[in-house]
Amino acid sequence: MVDLLLISFGAIFISNFVLARFLGICPFLGVSRKIETALGMGFAVIFVMTMASAITYGVQKLLVRHGLAEFLQTISFILVIAVLVQFVEMILRKTSPGLYQALGIYLPLITTNCAVLGVALINADPGEGYNFIQAMVNGFSGGVGFTLAIVLFAGLRERLEFAPLPKAMEGFPIALILAGLISIAFLGFSGFRLQALLGL
Amino acid sequence: MKRWQVFANGIFRENPIFRLVLGMCPTLAVSTAVVNGLGMGLAATFVLVCSNVIISLLRNVIPKEVRIPCYIVVIATFVTIVDKVMAASAPGLHQVLGIFIPLIVVNCIILGRAEAFASKNTVGRAFMDGLGMGIGFTLGLVLLSFFREVLGEGMLLVAEDFGFTGWRIIPEDNQALMLILPPGAFITLGLLLAGINKLSAKLSAAKDLAGKGGE
Repeated sequence: MVDLLLISFGAIFISNFVLARFLGICPFLGVSRKIETALGMGFAVIFVMTMASAITYGVQKLLVRHGLAEFLQTISFILVIAVLVQFVEMILRKTSPGLYQALGIYLPLITTNCAVLGVALINADPGEGYNFIQAMVNGFSGGVGFTLAIVLFAGLRERLEFAPLPKAMEGFPIALILAGLISIAFLGFSGFRLQALLGL
Repeated sequence: MKRWQVFANGIFRENPIFRLVLGMCPTLAVSTAVVNGLGMGLAATFVLVCSNVIISLLRNVIPKEVRIPCYIVVIATFVTIVDKVMAASAPGLHQVLGIFIPLIVVNCIILGRAEAFASKNTVGRAFMDGLGMGIGFTLGLVLLSFFREVLGEGMLLVAEDFGFTGWRIIPEDNQALMLILPPGAFITLGLLLAGINKLSAKLSAAKDLAGKGGE
């Protein structure tokens, strides 16, 4: 149980997927103009990352058993993720048209969200040695970390709408600097020892 | 557009990093040293050129409905090749770039060019587009990692894999360590983008003025 807590704290705060590992920057910069859409994107990513962690865990086991993991890992992971995202898109279109409209072109783009393939590759890394539950918790917490980062960022960007800015700083430049400042705040978590806090 | 224009387009007018703002994950993550940026840029260029050529060759064969999965398989094949070659020839660099090598598969620049250009153009033009975009991406990465390495590490061109020990530009203990850390990536790229915006606004203003003067 404690190992799961450590994994999820690490994935959300200490090495946040967006702000410390640089995974999923495209949607982070692209869908963060409003808190609502940022939240929607965040939930979609949490769902897809958890599912992808679970499914790619099985795929990886299968590849290793047949000795194919060396060269088929990347291709099989990305195909599984592409199918999964298509599936989520179909469900969302049927059940929640409003959210489907809001997420627009970014939903199919979750396929090419590096956070999803990234978490699958991190889980498959023999150095980490995650079991099935740990892999899923890592995927879920990675998604939560992404959501936290993008919602914080969207909140700041909403206020930025009316800020007087030099022409050259408008748009991406100021957004990147803002992301840098949030990243500095998250840097405060590095060196934070949860084990010591829990008395381990 | 002539072929050389297609080539130059990727380097200047539609530079993937500074103009299109695509492929941000590897850009921010690996730009801690010039050699890392160069390695990532060249790996992406190889994948971009090869996948552009193959997709352009297959453009009349691939059914429209399943084109994206087909593109991804082509791209993933070349990424696997790059991954294995780099692991064998530059293990240190391969270690540093880590999961960002397999993640070239989901680099928006490559899928974007496959969809927007290679699937609609002849092989020769797709090749030039891939090369131009790849070189534009590499130049952007090198520029960003130049600032981060020099100001953050105080060194230039450290590449132990290739036997470079680098030059010390800023005396020890005076470098801005923050620029090597994750926040430094965001802030340096933000400032660089702002600088390039300013520069291109000045250039186009000067061009307008020169155009009016000529009339």
